[in-house]
Amino acid sequence: MNLRGRRKMVNRIALGLSLVAMSFGLFWLCWILYTVFHLGLGGLSLDLFTKMTPPPGSPGGLMNAIVGSLVMVGLATLIGTPIGVMAGVYLSEYGQRTALGFSTRFINDILLSAPSIVIGLFIYAVYVAQVGKFSAMAGVLALALIVIPVVVRTTENMLLLIPNSLREAAFALGAPKWIVISRVTVRSAKAGIVTGVLLAVARISGETAPLLFTALSNQFWSLNLNEPMANLPVTIFKFAMSPFTDWQQLAWAGVFLITMGVLALNVAARAFFSEQTKS
Amino acid sequence: MTEPRIPAAPEVQLSIRGLSFYYGNYQALKNITMDVYKARVTAFIGPSGCGKSTLLRALNRMYALYPEQRAEGKLLLDGKNLLDSDIDLNDLRARIGMVFQKPTPFPMSIYENIAFGVRLHESLTRAQMDDRVEWALRKAALWDEAKDKLSQSGMSLSGGQQQRLCIARGIAVHPEILLLDEPTSALDPISTAKIEELIHDLKQEFTIVIVTHNMQQAARVSDYTAYMYLGEVIEFGDTDDLFIAPKNKQTEDYITGRFG
Ligand SMILES: Nc1ncnc2c1ncn2[C@@H]1O[C@H](COP(=O)(O)OP(=O)(O)OP(=O)(O)O)[C@@H](O)[C@H]1O
Ligand SMILES: [Mg+2]
Repeated sequence: MNLRGRRKMVNRIALGLSLVAMSFGLFWLCWILYTVFHLGLGGLSLDLFTKMTPPPGSPGGLMNAIVGSLVMVGLATLIGTPIGVMAGVYLSEYGQRTALGFSTRFINDILLSAPSIVIGLFIYAVYVAQVGKFSAMAGVLALALIVIPVVVRTTENMLLLIPNSLREAAFALGAPKWIVISRVTVRSAKAGIVTGVLLAVARISGETAPLLFTALSNQFWSLNLNEPMANLPVTIFKFAMSPFTDWQQLAWAGVFLITMGVLALNVAARAFFSEQTKS
Repeated sequence: MTEPRIPAAPEVQLSIRGLSFYYGNYQALKNITMDVYKARVTAFIGPSGCGKSTLLRALNRMYALYPEQRAEGKLLLDGKNLLDSDIDLNDLRARIGMVFQKPTPFPMSIYENIAFGVRLHESLTRAQMDDRVEWALRKAALWDEAKDKLSQSGMSLSGGQQQRLCIARGIAVHPEILLLDEPTSALDPISTAKIEELIHDLKQEFTIVIVTHNMQQAARVSDYTAYMYLGEVIEFGDTDDLFIAPKNKQTEDYITGRFG
Protein backbone atom coordinates (compact mmCIF):
# COMPACT_ATOMS: atom_id res chain seq x y z
CA MET A 1 0.00 0.00 0.00
CA ASN A 2 1.36 3.39 -0.84
CA LEU A 3 1.80 6.17 1.70
CA ARG A 4 -1.27 8.07 0.64
CA GLY A 5 -3.48 5.02 0.94
CA ARG A 6 -2.10 4.28 4.37
CA ARG A 7 -2.77 7.81 5.54
CA LYS A 8 -6.34 7.60 4.36
CA MET A 9 -6.74 4.29 6.16
CA VAL A 10 -5.34 5.66 9.43
CA ASN A 11 -7.60 8.65 9.05
CA ARG A 12 -10.65 6.42 8.65
CA ILE A 13 -9.76 4.30 11.68
CA ALA A 14 -9.22 7.40 13.85
CA LEU A 15 -12.49 8.87 12.68
CA GLY A 16 -14.29 5.58 13.37
CA LEU A 17 -12.85 5.32 16.87
CA SER A 18 -13.81 8.85 17.80
CA LEU A 19 -17.33 8.28 16.48
CA VAL A 20 -17.63 5.19 18.69
CA ALA A 21 -16.36 7.13 21.71
CA MET A 22 -18.76 9.96 21.02
CA SER A 23 -21.77 7.66 20.64
CA PHE A 24 -20.84 5.90 23.85
CA GLY A 25 -20.92 9.20 25.76
CA LEU A 26 -24.06 10.42 24.06
CA PHE A 27 -25.82 7.13 24.69
CA TRP A 28 -25.58 7.49 28.46
CA LEU A 29 -26.38 11.18 28.37
CA CYS A 30 -29.52 10.56 26.35
CA TRP A 31 -30.55 7.71 28.60
CA ILE A 32 -30.15 9.93 31.66
CA LEU A 33 -32.13 12.74 30.07
CA TYR A 34 -34.80 10.30 28.95
CA THR A 35 -35.19 8.88 32.45
CA VAL A 36 -35.30 12.33 34.00
CA PHE A 37 -37.97 13.48 31.57
CA HIS A 38 -39.93 10.23 31.74
CA LEU A 39 -40.07 10.05 35.52
CA GLY A 40 -39.87 13.76 36.27
CA LEU A 41 -42.47 15.18 33.94
CA GLY A 42 -45.21 13.13 35.61
CA GLY A 43 -44.67 14.99 38.88
CA LEU A 44 -44.82 18.45 37.32
CA SER A 45 -47.81 20.47 38.44
CA LEU A 46 -48.59 23.84 39.88
CA ASP A 47 -48.59 22.26 43.35
CA LEU A 48 -44.88 21.64 42.96
CA PHE A 49 -44.23 25.37 43.14
CA THR A 50 -46.95 26.37 45.59
CA LYS A 51 -47.05 23.63 48.24
CA MET A 52 -44.57 22.66 50.97
CA THR A 53 -42.85 19.31 51.19
CA PRO A 54 -45.53 16.97 52.60
CA PRO A 55 -45.44 14.17 55.16
CA PRO A 56 -45.75 10.78 53.46
CA GLY A 57 -49.21 10.10 52.12
CA SER A 58 -50.40 13.69 51.87
CA PRO A 59 -50.36 15.93 48.81
CA GLY A 60 -47.66 18.58 48.57
CA GLY A 61 -44.96 20.19 46.51
CA LEU A 62 -41.39 21.40 46.68
CA MET A 63 -41.90 25.12 47.18
CA ASN A 64 -39.80 25.43 50.35
CA ALA A 65 -37.02 23.34 48.81
CA ILE A 66 -36.98 25.35 45.57
CA VAL A 67 -36.89 28.69 47.38
CA GLY A 68 -34.31 27.39 49.87
CA SER A 69 -32.05 26.27 47.05
CA LEU A 70 -32.42 29.60 45.28
CA VAL A 71 -31.65 31.52 48.47
CA MET A 72 -28.59 29.47 49.38
CA VAL A 73 -27.16 29.24 45.86
CA GLY A 74 -27.82 32.97 45.38
CA LEU A 75 -26.13 33.99 48.63
CA ALA A 76 -23.21 31.63 48.07
CA THR A 77 -22.67 33.17 44.63
CA LEU A 78 -22.92 36.69 46.06
CA ILE A 79 -20.26 35.86 48.65
CA GLY A 80 -18.05 33.70 46.48
CA THR A 81 -17.93 35.80 43.31
CA PRO A 82 -16.30 39.00 44.63
CA ILE A 83 -13.79 37.04 46.70
CA GLY A 84 -12.99 34.76 43.79
CA VAL A 85 -12.68 37.58 41.26
CA MET A 86 -10.45 39.61 43.56
CA ALA A 87 -8.21 36.65 44.29
CA GLY A 88 -8.03 35.88 40.58
CA VAL A 89 -7.09 39.48 39.84
CA TYR A 90 -4.42 39.33 42.50
CA LEU A 91 -2.95 36.14 41.03
CA SER A 92 -2.86 37.44 37.49
CA GLU A 93 -2.06 41.13 37.95
CA TYR A 94 -0.03 41.36 41.15
CA GLY A 95 1.18 38.00 42.40
CA GLN A 96 2.12 36.24 39.22
CA ARG A 97 5.64 35.39 40.24
CA THR A 98 5.54 36.01 43.97
CA ALA A 99 5.75 33.37 46.68
CA LEU A 100 2.29 34.36 47.93
CA GLY A 101 0.96 33.97 44.40
CA PHE A 102 2.43 30.52 44.01
CA SER A 103 1.08 29.28 47.32
CA THR A 104 -2.35 30.81 46.75
CA ARG A 105 -2.56 29.17 43.35
CA PHE A 106 -1.45 25.84 44.79
CA ILE A 107 -3.96 25.92 47.64
CA ASN A 108 -6.69 27.04 45.26
CA ASP A 109 -6.01 24.06 43.02
CA ILE A 110 -6.33 21.74 45.99
CA LEU A 111 -9.60 23.39 46.98
CA LEU A 112 -10.79 23.12 43.39
CA SER A 113 -10.38 19.38 43.33
CA ALA A 114 -11.41 18.71 46.93
CA PRO A 115 -14.44 16.40 47.14
CA SER A 116 -17.43 18.47 48.19
CA ILE A 117 -18.11 16.17 51.14
CA VAL A 118 -14.81 17.33 52.63
CA ILE A 119 -15.96 20.92 52.41
CA GLY A 120 -19.29 19.98 54.00
CA LEU A 121 -17.54 18.26 56.88
CA PHE A 122 -15.15 21.18 57.28
CA ILE A 123 -17.99 23.67 57.69
CA TYR A 124 -19.69 21.18 60.00
CA ALA A 125 -16.62 21.09 62.22
CA VAL A 126 -15.82 24.81 62.29
CA TYR A 127 -19.35 26.22 62.20
CA VAL A 128 -22.21 23.82 62.82
CA ALA A 129 -20.51 22.01 65.69
CA GLN A 130 -19.51 25.31 67.29
CA VAL A 131 -22.94 26.94 67.01
CA GLY A 132 -24.61 23.71 67.96
CA LYS A 133 -27.18 23.46 65.20
CA PHE A 134 -27.60 23.05 61.47
CA SER A 135 -28.30 26.31 59.66
CA ALA A 136 -28.80 27.76 56.21
CA MET A 137 -25.86 30.07 56.82
CA ALA A 138 -23.56 27.07 57.17
CA GLY A 139 -24.92 25.75 53.88
CA VAL A 140 -24.26 29.10 52.20
CA LEU A 141 -20.67 29.09 53.48
CA ALA A 142 -20.05 25.56 52.25
CA LEU A 143 -21.41 26.38 48.80
CA ALA A 144 -19.41 29.63 48.69
CA LEU A 145 -16.27 27.61 49.41
CA ILE A 146 -17.01 25.59 46.29
CA VAL A 147 -17.70 28.69 44.19
CA ILE A 148 -14.50 30.53 45.15
CA PRO A 149 -11.85 28.23 43.64
CA VAL A 150 -13.79 27.90 40.38
CA VAL A 151 -14.09 31.66 40.05
CA VAL A 152 -10.46 32.25 41.07
CA ARG A 153 -9.29 29.82 38.42
CA THR A 154 -11.38 31.15 35.56
CA THR A 155 -10.72 34.78 36.47
CA GLU A 156 -6.97 34.22 36.52
CA ASN A 157 -6.97 32.25 33.27
CA MET A 158 -9.15 34.77 31.47
CA LEU A 159 -6.99 37.69 32.63
CA LEU A 160 -3.83 35.92 31.51
CA LEU A 161 -5.31 35.75 28.01
CA ILE A 162 -5.49 39.55 27.83
CA PRO A 163 -2.42 40.72 25.89
CA ASN A 164 0.08 42.88 27.75
CA SER A 165 -0.12 45.42 24.95
CA LEU A 166 -3.62 46.37 26.11
CA ARG A 167 -2.40 46.97 29.67
CA GLU A 168 0.56 48.96 28.36
CA ALA A 169 -1.73 51.10 26.21
CA ALA A 170 -3.69 52.08 29.31
CA PHE A 171 -0.56 52.72 31.35
CA ALA A 172 0.78 54.82 28.46
CA LEU A 173 -2.09 57.27 29.00
CA GLY A 174 -0.98 57.75 32.59
CA ALA A 175 -3.56 55.50 34.22
CA PRO A 176 -2.76 54.15 37.70
CA LYS A 177 -2.68 50.39 38.03
CA TRP A 178 -6.05 49.97 39.75
CA ILE A 179 -7.78 51.89 36.97
CA VAL A 180 -5.99 49.87 34.32
CA ILE A 181 -7.18 46.69 36.01
CA SER A 182 -10.75 47.71 36.77
CA ARG A 183 -11.57 49.69 33.64
CA VAL A 184 -9.55 47.89 30.98
CA THR A 185 -8.17 44.48 31.94
CA VAL A 186 -11.09 43.01 33.89
CA ARG A 187 -13.53 44.55 31.45
CA SER A 188 -11.82 42.83 28.54
CA ALA A 189 -12.04 39.52 30.36
CA LYS A 190 -15.64 40.10 31.47
CA ALA A 191 -17.21 37.48 29.21
CA GLY A 192 -14.89 34.75 30.47
CA ILE A 193 -15.30 35.72 34.11
CA VAL A 194 -19.11 35.78 33.93
CA THR A 195 -19.05 32.41 32.19
CA GLY A 196 -16.92 31.05 35.03
CA VAL A 197 -19.40 32.33 37.60
CA LEU A 198 -22.34 30.79 35.72
CA LEU A 199 -20.58 27.43 35.59
CA ALA A 200 -19.81 27.67 39.31
CA VAL A 201 -23.52 28.31 39.97
CA ALA A 202 -24.39 25.29 37.86
CA ARG A 203 -21.92 23.25 39.85
CA ILE A 204 -23.32 24.13 43.30
CA SER A 205 -26.96 23.86 42.27
CA GLY A 206 -26.81 20.10 42.50
CA GLU A 207 -24.35 19.66 45.37
CA THR A 208 -25.81 17.45 48.09
CA ALA A 209 -22.94 16.47 50.35
CA PRO A 210 -21.98 19.97 51.55
CA LEU A 211 -25.61 20.72 52.45
CA LEU A 212 -26.23 17.42 54.21
CA PHE A 213 -23.86 18.44 57.02
CA THR A 214 -24.74 22.11 57.10
CA ALA A 215 -28.19 23.34 56.07
CA LEU A 216 -29.60 19.85 56.46
CA SER A 217 -33.22 20.17 55.39
CA ASN A 218 -36.49 21.49 56.67
CA GLN A 219 -39.92 20.13 56.07
CA PHE A 220 -41.44 23.54 56.61
CA TRP A 221 -41.18 27.01 55.17
CA SER A 222 -38.24 28.93 56.62
CA LEU A 223 -36.16 31.82 55.40
CA ASN A 224 -34.24 32.11 58.66
CA LEU A 225 -30.56 31.74 57.93
CA ASN A 226 -29.94 30.48 61.46
CA GLU A 227 -32.31 27.56 61.09
CA PRO A 228 -32.07 24.50 58.87
CA MET A 229 -33.39 25.31 55.40
CA ALA A 230 -35.08 23.10 52.86
CA ASN A 231 -33.24 22.63 49.57
CA LEU A 232 -33.66 20.53 46.47
CA PRO A 233 -30.63 18.20 46.61
CA VAL A 234 -31.12 17.01 50.19
CA THR A 235 -34.89 16.73 49.71
CA ILE A 236 -34.32 14.62 46.61
CA PHE A 237 -31.86 12.49 48.54
CA LYS A 238 -34.34 11.96 51.38
CA PHE A 239 -37.42 11.42 49.22
CA ALA A 240 -35.80 9.18 46.64
CA MET A 241 -34.51 6.82 49.36
CA SER A 242 -37.93 6.58 51.00
CA PRO A 243 -40.37 3.70 50.42
CA PHE A 244 -43.26 6.11 49.66
CA THR A 245 -44.20 6.42 46.01
CA ASP A 246 -45.55 9.97 46.31
CA TRP A 247 -42.22 11.07 47.83
CA GLN A 248 -40.33 9.28 45.07
CA GLN A 249 -42.46 11.08 42.52
CA LEU A 250 -41.56 14.42 44.09
CA ALA A 251 -37.87 13.44 44.10
CA TRP A 252 -37.99 12.84 40.35
CA ALA A 253 -39.73 16.15 39.80
CA GLY A 254 -36.94 17.80 41.80
CA VAL A 255 -34.31 16.04 39.71
CA PHE A 256 -36.04 17.31 36.61
CA LEU A 257 -36.01 20.89 37.91
CA ILE A 258 -32.30 20.79 38.80
CA THR A 259 -31.38 19.22 35.47
CA MET A 260 -33.29 21.84 33.56
CA GLY A 261 -31.79 24.62 35.68
CA VAL A 262 -28.23 23.43 35.18
CA LEU A 263 -28.84 22.88 31.48
CA ALA A 264 -30.22 26.42 31.17
CA LEU A 265 -27.20 27.83 33.02
CA ASN A 266 -24.80 26.02 30.72
CA VAL A 267 -26.60 27.21 27.63
CA ALA A 268 -26.72 30.75 29.03
CA ALA A 269 -23.00 30.65 29.81
CA ARG A 270 -22.17 29.54 26.29
CA ALA A 271 -24.51 32.00 24.65
CA PHE A 272 -23.20 34.84 26.78
CA PHE A 273 -19.58 33.96 26.07
CA SER A 274 -19.96 33.74 22.32
CA GLU A 275 -22.08 36.90 22.25
CA GLN A 276 -19.47 38.88 24.17
CA THR A 277 -16.42 37.58 22.33
CA LYS A 278 -17.93 37.98 18.88
CA SER A 279 -16.52 41.39 17.99
CA MET B 1 26.33 67.62 13.21
CA THR B 2 25.14 69.67 10.26
CA GLU B 3 22.90 72.69 10.54
CA PRO B 4 19.31 71.60 9.99
CA ARG B 5 17.82 73.20 6.92
CA ILE B 6 14.62 74.07 8.69
CA PRO B 7 13.79 77.70 9.26
CA ALA B 8 13.75 78.93 12.84
CA ALA B 9 16.40 77.20 14.91
CA PRO B 10 14.75 74.29 16.71
CA GLU B 11 14.44 74.22 20.44
CA VAL B 12 15.51 71.14 22.36
CA GLN B 13 12.57 69.42 24.03
CA LEU B 14 14.15 66.31 25.47
CA SER B 15 17.84 65.61 26.01
CA ILE B 16 19.00 62.03 26.12
CA ARG B 17 22.33 61.85 27.94
CA GLY B 18 24.39 58.70 28.34
CA LEU B 19 21.34 56.42 28.31
CA SER B 20 22.00 52.72 28.84
CA PHE B 21 19.29 50.12 29.11
CA TYR B 22 19.28 46.60 30.51
CA TYR B 23 16.92 43.65 30.17
CA GLY B 24 18.20 41.79 33.23
CA ASN B 25 21.87 41.33 32.42
CA TYR B 26 21.51 41.99 28.71
CA GLN B 27 22.48 45.52 27.72
CA ALA B 28 20.17 46.63 24.92
CA LEU B 29 21.17 50.32 24.75
CA LYS B 30 24.72 51.59 25.07
CA ASN B 31 25.37 55.10 26.26
CA ILE B 32 23.04 56.96 23.93
CA THR B 33 23.25 60.73 23.71
CA MET B 34 21.03 62.81 21.44
CA ASP B 35 18.41 65.56 21.46
CA VAL B 36 14.77 65.50 20.50
CA TYR B 37 13.65 68.85 19.06
CA LYS B 38 10.45 70.62 19.87
CA ALA B 39 7.65 70.59 17.27
CA ARG B 40 9.70 68.36 15.00
CA VAL B 41 9.49 64.73 13.96
CA THR B 42 12.41 62.52 14.91
CA ALA B 43 12.67 59.05 13.36
CA PHE B 44 14.56 56.04 14.69
CA ILE B 45 15.63 53.64 11.97
CA GLY B 46 17.83 50.56 12.01
CA PRO B 47 17.75 46.80 11.58
CA SER B 48 15.45 44.62 13.64
CA GLY B 49 16.63 44.15 17.19
CA CYS B 50 18.89 47.22 17.24
CA GLY B 51 16.97 48.76 20.15
CA LYS B 52 14.55 51.25 18.57
CA SER B 53 11.55 50.13 20.59
CA THR B 54 13.69 49.84 23.68
CA LEU B 55 14.79 53.46 23.32
CA LEU B 56 11.22 54.60 22.75
CA ARG B 57 9.95 52.68 25.76
CA ALA B 58 12.67 54.21 27.89
CA LEU B 59 11.44 57.72 27.06
CA ASN B 60 8.07 57.28 28.82
CA ARG B 61 9.45 54.72 31.25
CA MET B 62 7.12 52.05 29.96
CA TYR B 63 9.77 49.56 31.00
CA ALA B 64 9.10 50.39 34.66
CA LEU B 65 6.19 47.90 34.51
CA TYR B 66 8.72 45.10 34.39
CA PRO B 67 10.96 44.78 37.45
CA GLU B 68 13.87 43.17 35.60
CA GLN B 69 14.27 46.08 33.18
CA ARG B 70 16.21 49.24 34.08
CA ALA B 71 17.74 52.33 32.54
CA GLU B 72 20.77 54.39 33.49
CA GLY B 73 21.79 57.87 32.44
CA LYS B 74 19.70 60.99 32.02
CA LEU B 75 16.54 61.99 30.19
CA LEU B 76 16.18 65.72 30.65
CA LEU B 77 12.77 67.34 30.16
CA ASP B 78 12.46 70.92 31.44
CA GLY B 79 15.69 70.45 33.34
CA LYS B 80 14.36 67.44 35.30
CA ASN B 81 15.76 63.95 34.91
CA LEU B 82 12.87 61.66 34.01
CA LEU B 83 14.77 58.65 35.30
CA ASP B 84 14.80 60.03 38.85
CA SER B 85 12.91 57.85 41.25
CA ASP B 86 10.73 60.73 42.49
CA ILE B 87 9.17 61.30 39.05
CA ASP B 88 5.44 60.52 39.07
CA LEU B 89 5.01 58.01 36.26
CA ASN B 90 1.37 58.83 35.62
CA ASP B 91 2.17 62.54 35.16
CA LEU B 92 5.13 61.67 33.00
CA ARG B 93 2.98 59.52 30.72
CA ALA B 94 0.41 62.28 30.45
CA ARG B 95 3.21 64.50 29.12
CA ILE B 96 4.75 61.83 26.89
CA GLY B 97 2.11 59.79 25.08
CA MET B 98 2.66 56.58 23.16
CA VAL B 99 1.00 54.70 20.31
CA PHE B 100 1.88 51.09 19.68
CA GLN B 101 2.46 48.97 16.62
CA LYS B 102 -0.77 47.04 16.91
CA PRO B 103 -4.00 48.97 17.49
CA THR B 104 -5.17 48.53 21.08
CA PRO B 105 -8.72 49.87 21.43
CA PHE B 106 -10.13 49.51 24.93
CA PRO B 107 -13.30 47.46 25.41
CA MET B 108 -15.57 50.51 25.50
CA SER B 109 -17.23 52.93 23.12
CA ILE B 110 -15.28 55.13 20.70
CA TYR B 111 -16.20 58.15 22.80
CA GLU B 112 -15.13 56.48 26.05
CA ASN B 113 -11.87 55.31 24.49
CA ILE B 114 -10.89 58.94 24.12
CA ALA B 115 -12.51 60.26 27.30
CA PHE B 116 -10.75 57.56 29.36
CA GLY B 117 -7.33 59.19 29.22
CA VAL B 118 -8.64 62.75 29.53
CA ARG B 119 -10.58 61.95 32.70
CA LEU B 120 -7.43 60.67 34.36
CA HIS B 121 -5.85 64.10 34.31
CA GLU B 122 -8.59 66.71 33.95
CA SER B 123 -12.17 67.11 35.11
CA LEU B 124 -14.19 68.47 32.24
CA THR B 125 -17.89 69.17 31.90
CA ARG B 126 -19.84 67.00 29.53
CA ALA B 127 -19.79 69.74 26.87
CA GLN B 128 -16.06 70.29 27.23
CA MET B 129 -15.49 66.56 26.95
CA ASP B 130 -17.63 66.41 23.82
CA ASP B 131 -15.49 69.16 22.32
CA ARG B 132 -12.29 67.42 23.30
CA VAL B 133 -13.40 64.12 21.78
CA GLU B 134 -14.40 65.85 18.56
CA TRP B 135 -11.12 67.79 18.45
CA ALA B 136 -9.06 64.61 18.92
CA LEU B 137 -11.05 62.66 16.34
CA ARG B 138 -10.75 65.50 13.83
CA LYS B 139 -7.01 65.72 14.42
CA ALA B 140 -6.71 62.00 13.87
CA ALA B 141 -8.74 62.23 10.65
CA LEU B 142 -11.37 59.90 12.05
CA TRP B 143 -14.20 62.32 12.79
CA ASP B 144 -16.07 61.91 9.53
CA GLU B 145 -16.04 58.15 9.77
CA ALA B 146 -16.83 57.96 13.48
CA LYS B 147 -19.09 60.88 14.28
CA ASP B 148 -22.29 58.89 13.81
CA LYS B 149 -21.19 55.94 15.90
CA LEU B 150 -19.42 57.42 18.90
CA SER B 151 -21.30 55.09 21.22
CA GLN B 152 -20.31 51.96 19.32
CA SER B 153 -17.50 49.79 20.57
CA GLY B 154 -14.00 50.84 19.56
CA MET B 155 -13.41 47.23 18.56
CA SER B 156 -15.98 47.54 15.79
CA LEU B 157 -13.68 49.80 13.74
CA SER B 158 -11.34 48.55 11.02
CA GLY B 159 -7.65 48.11 11.79
CA GLY B 160 -6.65 51.42 10.26
CA GLN B 161 -9.49 53.23 12.01
CA GLN B 162 -8.55 51.59 15.30
CA GLN B 163 -5.00 52.86 14.92
CA ARG B 164 -6.28 56.38 14.26
CA LEU B 165 -8.51 55.99 17.32
CA CYS B 166 -5.41 55.12 19.35
CA ILE B 167 -3.67 58.23 18.03
CA ALA B 168 -6.74 60.33 18.87
CA ARG B 169 -6.73 58.83 22.35
CA GLY B 170 -3.06 59.69 22.71
CA ILE B 171 -3.35 63.32 21.64
CA ALA B 172 -6.58 63.92 23.56
CA VAL B 173 -4.63 64.19 26.82
CA HIS B 174 -2.51 66.96 25.24
CA PRO B 175 0.90 65.39 25.66
CA GLU B 176 4.01 67.42 24.84
CA ILE B 177 5.68 64.50 23.12
CA LEU B 178 4.07 61.67 21.18
CA LEU B 179 5.96 58.40 20.74
CA LEU B 180 4.93 56.21 17.81
CA ASP B 181 6.30 52.66 17.52
CA GLU B 182 5.84 51.49 13.94
CA PRO B 183 2.33 52.94 13.88
CA THR B 184 1.62 51.94 10.28
CA SER B 185 3.25 48.53 9.99
CA ALA B 186 -0.09 46.74 10.32
CA LEU B 187 -1.95 49.03 7.95
CA ASP B 188 -2.83 49.22 4.27
CA PRO B 189 -1.33 51.96 2.05
CA ILE B 190 -4.34 54.25 2.30
CA SER B 191 -4.48 54.19 6.09
CA THR B 192 -0.71 54.59 6.12
CA ALA B 193 -0.95 57.69 3.95
CA LYS B 194 -3.61 59.11 6.25
CA ILE B 195 -1.47 58.57 9.30
CA GLU B 196 1.57 60.08 7.65
CA GLU B 197 -0.48 63.14 6.78
CA LEU B 198 -1.64 63.22 10.33
CA ILE B 199 1.92 63.14 11.66
CA HIS B 200 2.70 66.06 9.42
CA ASP B 201 -0.25 68.01 10.84
CA LEU B 202 0.42 67.07 14.42
CA LYS B 203 3.96 68.35 14.51
CA GLN B 204 2.66 71.91 14.62
CA GLU B 205 1.60 71.20 18.18
CA PHE B 206 3.42 68.12 19.34
CA THR B 207 6.93 66.82 19.35
CA ILE B 208 6.90 63.45 17.64
CA VAL B 209 9.26 60.50 17.84
CA ILE B 210 8.58 57.67 15.42
CA VAL B 211 10.10 54.24 14.96
CA THR B 212 9.81 52.87 11.46
CA HIS B 213 11.14 50.10 9.28
CA ASN B 214 10.11 51.94 6.19
CA MET B 215 12.95 54.13 4.94
CA GLN B 216 10.70 56.10 2.61
CA GLN B 217 8.39 56.78 5.48
CA ALA B 218 11.23 58.09 7.62
CA ALA B 219 12.36 60.30 4.74
CA ARG B 220 8.82 61.53 4.14
CA VAL B 221 7.66 62.34 7.64
CA SER B 222 10.70 63.14 9.75
CA ASP B 223 12.87 66.21 10.21
CA TYR B 224 15.60 64.34 12.05
CA THR B 225 16.70 60.74 11.82
CA ALA B 226 18.76 58.55 14.11
CA TYR B 227 20.28 55.41 12.64
CA MET B 228 20.74 52.76 15.30
CA TYR B 229 22.70 49.56 15.28
CA LEU B 230 23.27 47.07 18.10
CA GLY B 231 22.04 49.38 20.80
CA GLU B 232 23.99 52.44 19.67
CA VAL B 233 23.07 55.54 17.75
CA ILE B 234 25.48 55.38 14.82
CA GLU B 235 24.41 58.58 13.14
CA PHE B 236 21.95 61.29 14.04
CA GLY B 237 21.10 64.38 12.06
CA ASP B 238 18.87 66.26 9.71
CA THR B 239 16.82 63.72 7.74
CA ASP B 240 17.68 65.13 4.32
CA ASP B 241 21.39 65.14 5.10
CA LEU B 242 21.31 61.66 6.53
CA PHE B 243 19.53 60.20 3.54
CA ILE B 244 21.33 62.15 0.83
CA ALA B 245 24.80 62.31 2.25
CA PRO B 246 25.25 59.96 5.19
CA LYS B 247 28.54 60.54 6.93
CA ASN B 248 28.88 57.02 8.21
CA LYS B 249 29.58 54.06 5.94
CA GLN B 250 27.25 51.79 7.95
CA THR B 251 24.38 54.25 7.66
CA GLU B 252 24.94 54.48 3.94
CA ASP B 253 24.92 50.71 3.55
CA TYR B 254 21.70 50.45 5.50
CA ILE B 255 19.73 53.15 3.73
CA THR B 256 20.87 52.01 0.30
CA GLY B 257 19.82 48.47 1.15
CA ARG B 258 23.32 47.03 1.04
CA PHE B 259 23.10 46.04 4.66
CA GLY B 260 24.24 42.43 5.28
N1 LIG C 1 11.46 41.94 27.03
C1 LIG C 1 12.72 41.70 26.62
N2 LIG C 1 13.54 40.91 27.37
C2 LIG C 1 14.81 40.67 26.97
N3 LIG C 1 15.37 41.17 25.87
C3 LIG C 1 14.63 41.96 25.09
C4 LIG C 1 13.27 42.26 25.44
N4 LIG C 1 12.76 43.06 24.48
C5 LIG C 1 13.76 43.26 23.59
N5 LIG C 1 14.89 42.60 23.96
C6 LIG C 1 16.16 42.60 23.25
O1 LIG C 1 16.65 43.93 23.16
C7 LIG C 1 17.15 44.19 21.87
C8 LIG C 1 16.47 45.37 21.26
O2 LIG C 1 15.10 45.07 21.07
P1 LIG C 1 14.06 46.09 20.47
O3 LIG C 1 12.73 45.51 20.62
O4 LIG C 1 14.30 47.42 21.08
O5 LIG C 1 14.49 46.14 18.94
P2 LIG C 1 13.85 46.95 17.74
O6 LIG C 1 14.92 47.79 17.19
O7 LIG C 1 12.61 47.63 18.18
O8 LIG C 1 13.52 45.79 16.74
P3 LIG C 1 12.27 45.65 15.72
O9 LIG C 1 12.60 46.54 14.58
O10 LIG C 1 12.29 44.22 15.35
O11 LIG C 1 11.04 46.06 16.45
C9 LIG C 1 16.99 42.92 21.06
O12 LIG C 1 18.22 42.25 21.03
C10 LIG C 1 15.98 42.11 21.82
O13 LIG C 1 16.25 40.75 21.72
MG1 LIG D 1 10.47 47.36 17.77
